[in-house]
Amino acid sequence: MLGFMGLSSLEELYSAVPEALRLGAGLDLAPGLSEPDVLARFEELGARNRDLICFAGAGAYDHDIPAATRALAGRSEFVTAYTPYQPEVAQGVLQALFEFQTLLCRLSGTAVSNASLYDGASACVEAVNLASATRGRAEVWVSQGVHPHWRAALATFAAGTGHELVVAPLVDGVTRWPDQGTPGALLVQSPNFLGCLEDLGAARARADAAGALLAVAFDPVSAGLLRTPGEQGADVVVGEGQALGVALGFGGPYLGLFSCRADLVRRLPGRLVGETVDGEGRRAYVTTLRAREQDIRREKASSNVCTNQTLMAVTAAIQLGWLGTAGLRELALRCARGTRYCREALLAIDGVAPASGAPTLREFAVHVPGGAAAAIERLADDGFLAGVALADGFESTPYEGALLVAVTERRTRAEVDAFAAALEKAVR
Amino acid sequence: MAANERAGAGRAASAPLLGRHEEPTLFELSVPGRRSASFRTTDMPAWSAEELVPGEHLRSEPVEVAEVSERDLVAHFTRLSHRQYSVDLGAYPLGSCTMKYNPKVCDQVAALPGLAGIHPAAPASATQGWLELLAGLEAALCEITGMAAATLQPAAGAAGELTGLLLMRAWHDARGEARSRVIIPDSAHGTNPASVTLGGYEVTTVASDDRGCVDLATLASVLDTDVAGIMLTNPNTLGLFEEDIVEIAAAVHQVGGLLYYDGANLNAILGVTRPGDMGFDIVHMNLHKTFATPHGGGGPGAGPVAVSPRLVPFLPGPRPVLGPDGRYDWAMPERSIGRIHTWHGNALVLARAYAYILANGGDGLRRVADAAVLNSNWLRHRLRGLYDIPFDRPSMHEFVASTSTLKKDTGLRALDVAKRLLEEGFHSPTVYFPLIVAEALMIEPTETESPQTLEALAQALERIAAEAAGPGGLEAATAAPRTTPVGRVDEARAARHLIPTWDGRPG
Repeated sequence: MLGFMGLSSLEELYSAVPEALRLGAGLDLAPGLSEPDVLARFEELGARNRDLICFAGAGAYDHDIPAATRALAGRSEFVTAYTPYQPEVAQGVLQALFEFQTLLCRLSGTAVSNASLYDGASACVEAVNLASATRGRAEVWVSQGVHPHWRAALATFAAGTGHELVVAPLVDGVTRWPDQGTPGALLVQSPNFLGCLEDLGAARARADAAGALLAVAFDPVSAGLLRTPGEQGADVVVGEGQALGVALGFGGPYLGLFSCRADLVRRLPGRLVGETVDGEGRRAYVTTLRAREQDIRREKASSNVCTNQTLMAVTAAIQLGWLGTAGLRELALRCARGTRYCREALLAIDGVAPASGAPTLREFAVHVPGGAAAAIERLADDGFLAGVALADGFESTPYEGALLVAVTERRTRAEVDAFAAALEKAVR
Repeated sequence: MAANERAGAGRAASAPLLGRHEEPTLFELSVPGRRSASFRTTDMPAWSAEELVPGEHLRSEPVEVAEVSERDLVAHFTRLSHRQYSVDLGAYPLGSCTMKYNPKVCDQVAALPGLAGIHPAAPASATQGWLELLAGLEAALCEITGMAAATLQPAAGAAGELTGLLLMRAWHDARGEARSRVIIPDSAHGTNPASVTLGGYEVTTVASDDRGCVDLATLASVLDTDVAGIMLTNPNTLGLFEEDIVEIAAAVHQVGGLLYYDGANLNAILGVTRPGDMGFDIVHMNLHKTFATPHGGGGPGAGPVAVSPRLVPFLPGPRPVLGPDGRYDWAMPERSIGRIHTWHGNALVLARAYAYILANGGDGLRRVADAAVLNSNWLRHRLRGLYDIPFDRPSMHEFVASTSTLKKDTGLRALDVAKRLLEEGFHSPTVYFPLIVAEALMIEPTETESPQTLEALAQALERIAAEAAGPGGLEAATAAPRTTPVGRVDEARAARHLIPTWDGRPG
């Protein structure tokens, strides 16, 4: 190959790289490993992560992932494809995304959904950007019941956009909105971070009074039992989609859910798939309203999203197809039953007290003697991940130090009983 | 068919992947009463929905999803997968996208229960393996880029860019300086200017010179103390190394600005040279490009950001750090810009990238760059005389061809070449980018394609160009693709009569 180009060495390929910048000695990294050695190295790392019976949630839920979802989502045609820039050879991914968008709209009660964002945090950031641009206002009201890491990300990105974030506090587990102000957006999560169901009608009324858009973060599994945010007046519905067939994976890759009212579609961030036809009138799919996107609008774009989490969106569509109409409802019901059972078992322990009295669905917060952080460390020795400690984002609130517990359909009555017994022993 | 094609180069056109019948949607396949789902036995009390959910919150009817058997579900998504091109099927020479082969061992790593089954909020005491993995990857990425420390949180390249711009802002803020502009060459990716706007800065675009690079005099004319920094891709989107990079860095630093390295093209310089040595302050990497993590049809990616020593205190957090007791814990940098991601970034993507780095080692990564640059230059030579090569000098991992002359002589556009290539069983190059080249075909063969595959691709491109010059050739090209599941898609209609969901179809 070198001869064909009239070159005699590989080094000559780099003639444009100034001599002074070239790495004489090469990279200071170990020599390459064989495949079995690579696997052994990662098996060894994996062995140093403890396999705990999971009662933690906070947006990352330990659901069963069925064999069909694993097999289909792992098909290499989906896994190793690029962004569908050539739709004629990307109908597989495009149609799966179209089905995902349809399913997400049905779950959220909205008309339009994009093809996913990075995670729940990025979906919240984009919702606030959309609402703020629509209303032309920098002020944003964020419920304290929104995931504290999403609130933290909102604050990070506000440094660039100039948004002024006002935290609306939780009172007995549900949001109390400010009486004064001119926000462009209200952002509320329901079920919220404490697992409590929020009054979305009240949020809608407050948004109307303030002339703001209402963005609601929802949970796609709880959606099997709850009225949709859309029918309760949400303009934008966001969320974390991990619960739809995606592995816990230490926090990623997950998928951000983003859907909205039809009239907001020209401000929709990220990719959108639409149905159309080919030259012979056959049904076909393509990414559409591309003029919204960064590669065309450049500095005038309202979002910089390019790569998203397509494979996770395809996975979610497969998982929803596997669950089906009855299965989604049953999944939500099973999570709610386990949560009720676990909550009652923990509250029966001396010294354990509810963090709020508001109704919860798949997750709840309790105060435990000695605080959540200590309980989590102790219960790990008994083989349990007891939950998530409420800390950052809840400083100086009645919820600080509480233990947030989630119960999925995977947890058996025997596991919950053993967990409650271990907690009782730990806090005695 | 040429001998070397028979000898060693398959094409996706030979695979039975692309029938021409419509695939019904999941919703059309739905039949009342069918289901796939099954749940484990838990012995939980069978409370009803009415007992568990307050009436004002409870929905009256189930969400209509679809009702299909597992057999029909599997057939549906398998047929969809057969309507999809992928790296596993064949060459994917999309410029700037680095569609290299994704080693299967990395899939196996990402599926390990000890990694995939771990909750992100589990305490550090229970996740030492994950923290060590992340810290190890961070160290390797810093060695590769010549930087001091990195955040692994950004989920994709654009998220990395915005993170980098917020770091730039925090740096200037900490020095009490309010700067308003960021410089970007006109050859930059679209995410660059969009990220600049979201970072709260204004874009100053500088035109490339006639060699396709940043012109020092033009740059000097826009540099002043209002410039927060410059974003550069090196090699740039023309596949050309910015030869004056040391002088560019000096000029930007002279006015107190920072240099941001867009790592989309890092693949070309692995083990050859490093952004840190060139003078860059902030570097993002696309692990889904350079480090071979699969693109998933458009994601997930991962866009870690590495920085020079003076920017380390501003990095997002929390970050994994090794304590004096030999154990890892999470720590927030003292002047951190905050959190970028809900958790720790796309962790399983990070694990795949680390596996790729360990499998290659320092020596192997250099061979990656060598083969990528060799393949690109070979193909550039091979296509001389067939297509225009506007910047015909040694390129790095990719080069830009053009159909400008062919268009003038025969009417053949870059788009037609792209669609004809699909019939030939190859994915098309990136077309109409960079914006500064008319009828651009941006070609990145990557290091993982064999010489036989490159020759087969070249012959296909040769046939397309020759055909267009012959009788009826242009008509054939503009009718392409004719062998794919659908023909040329009506994109204008999709935008004019928006159908974003199955339920949103007219009538």
